[in-house]
Amino acid sequence: MGSRVLLVEDEVNIFEAISFLLTRDGWEVRGHGNGATAIDEVARLEPDVLVLDVMLPGRSGLEILRDLRGAETTANLPILMLTAKGQSKDRDLALALGANAYLTKPFSNTEMVETVRRVAAEGAGNTAGGADQVTG
Amino acid sequence: MGGTQNTRQALTGTRIRERRMALAMRQSDLAEDVGISASYLNLIEHNKRRIGGKLLLDLARVLKVEPSRLSEGMDATLGDMLRAAAQDNTGNFGPTPELDRTDELAGRFPGWTGAIAEQRKRIADLEGVIEGLQDRLGHDPVLAGSMHEVLSTVAAIRSTSNILVSDPDIDVNWRARFHRNLNEEAERLSESATALLAYFEGQGQSQSGLETPQEMVEAAFETAGHHFPRIEGTGSAGIEDTLTDMEAISSEAAAQLARTRLAVYAEDAARLPLDQILPIAEAADYDPQALLAMAGGDVAMVLRRLASLPEGGAAAVPAFGLAICDAAGALLFRRRINAFSIPRYGAGCALWPLYHVFSRPMMADMSVLSLPKGPLFQAWAVAQPTRSAGFGTAPVVEATMLLRALPEDRAPTQNPVEVGPGCQLCPRDACPARRAGGAIG
Repeated sequence: MGSRVLLVEDEVNIFEAISFLLTRDGWEVRGHGNGATAIDEVARLEPDVLVLDVMLPGRSGLEILRDLRGAETTANLPILMLTAKGQSKDRDLALALGANAYLTKPFSNTEMVETVRRVAAEGAGNTAGGADQVTG
Repeated sequence: MGGTQNTRQALTGTRIRERRMALAMRQSDLAEDVGISASYLNLIEHNKRRIGGKLLLDLARVLKVEPSRLSEGMDATLGDMLRAAAQDNTGNFGPTPELDRTDELAGRFPGWTGAIAEQRKRIADLEGVIEGLQDRLGHDPVLAGSMHEVLSTVAAIRSTSNILVSDPDIDVNWRARFHRNLNEEAERLSESATALLAYFEGQGQSQSGLETPQEMVEAAFETAGHHFPRIEGTGSAGIEDTLTDMEAISSEAAAQLARTRLAVYAEDAARLPLDQILPIAEAADYDPQALLAMAGGDVAMVLRRLASLPEGGAAAVPAFGLAICDAAGALLFRRRINAFSIPRYGAGCALWPLYHVFSRPMMADMSVLSLPKGPLFQAWAVAQPTRSAGFGTAPVVEATMLLRALPEDRAPTQNPVEVGPGCQLCPRDACPARRAGGAIG
């Protein structure tokens, strides 16, 4: 793989687990835990895939998603949203705002790795395919 | 109303006959007890002679019922309860209830009738509690935060433990780190679960979860049946004593809110005195139109006043529901009514006239609403400024909606509008006004 994933997640232990999984799968993983500066970090790191939690300190993941989709450079950035199980409102809104896929916490490790691969492939092909809907 | 009244009275003989038969009395014995001939009583029982006055009182005395039970049939509230119970019937235990024989049921089996009505009321009360809790669960920030905390912890534990189990050759440093993380998350989960439990226990101990001033005021008004005789008698001078009687009010903020609402009540009662409006309202079958002139065209006042009439009295006042909201859609006050859910926390149905009327302030609306489960409701609504605005100042506008179940024996006067209880509780998936998702954040 060798592509870069930016993981915006403020829960350290979740970050470490996902980071381990994706690193083992061949990704270069970068992390960020603050919603308020997440967009700056995307601009700085230019990731191939963004994994974005909804509930973040500083700024909601949904607001970040909306702004990224509104900007020319990140309009097609593959984005996987992490939402909490039962928060169907967040899930629906994430898809409406242009997320490529979502995972609900708690998710399975296999699903996490496969979904990141899939949205990355979509991004590489620059296709406008429908969003993946994965539940943990 | 006149027609309904006449129909009720026309069946007085039928009710006398049913009651006599329920007591296993012979016609001749009853006739003798009240001093009339058996043949005359036979004519009465077949509704061929109208009766009233002393003979009605004598018959009621011998038959051991209230005279109004014979002349008017069952109490309107009891009738509403029985009809609601019939509507809820799923047919699992027999055929469809015989709605046309409701009077007969009440006449022959008053005890069973009361038991059915009481069960129905209990079910309706419990449904109200469930709706309230459902409404709260969807909008309680404490609960939402706690659930997010629990799910995040579970997600970390699941991913970490899965890594440890599926990768036995994991680097020793990573292994140590994940073991430590697991321990941390287990501790955190324990704390989150304990905090969540304590939260629910606190809810359980707080008298049905009355937390906000609005909830307390609503509970106090519900307990009083939304009618306050002391204020009816003495006007605003009775507000403080009425407030003292309100056991549900346990905070100064709630007391202040209750004072505000009771002051509105006192003003309404002064403008539309009970003894003057009750006969007019009854004669017009409680159509708000009949009281408009007395209220000087203040539609909202008429709607509030109708929702404050005493139920269960001789006037057979129907059950009314009331909702008042501000121009932002926030619910300011409500009187609940069976089978029509008015959410306290979440938004109501965007198709309710309560919201439509904001587009035409001062123009009263009347419509028939059809709920997903089938019952029809009459709804009267208006949006009015609550205080005069100065030049260049935006007026403060409130909308008021009065609800009443459409009586079974009456056809709707206009096409019913399909509405719901608000998207969260509504089963109409294809509704064009259905809200998907919500505000960001």
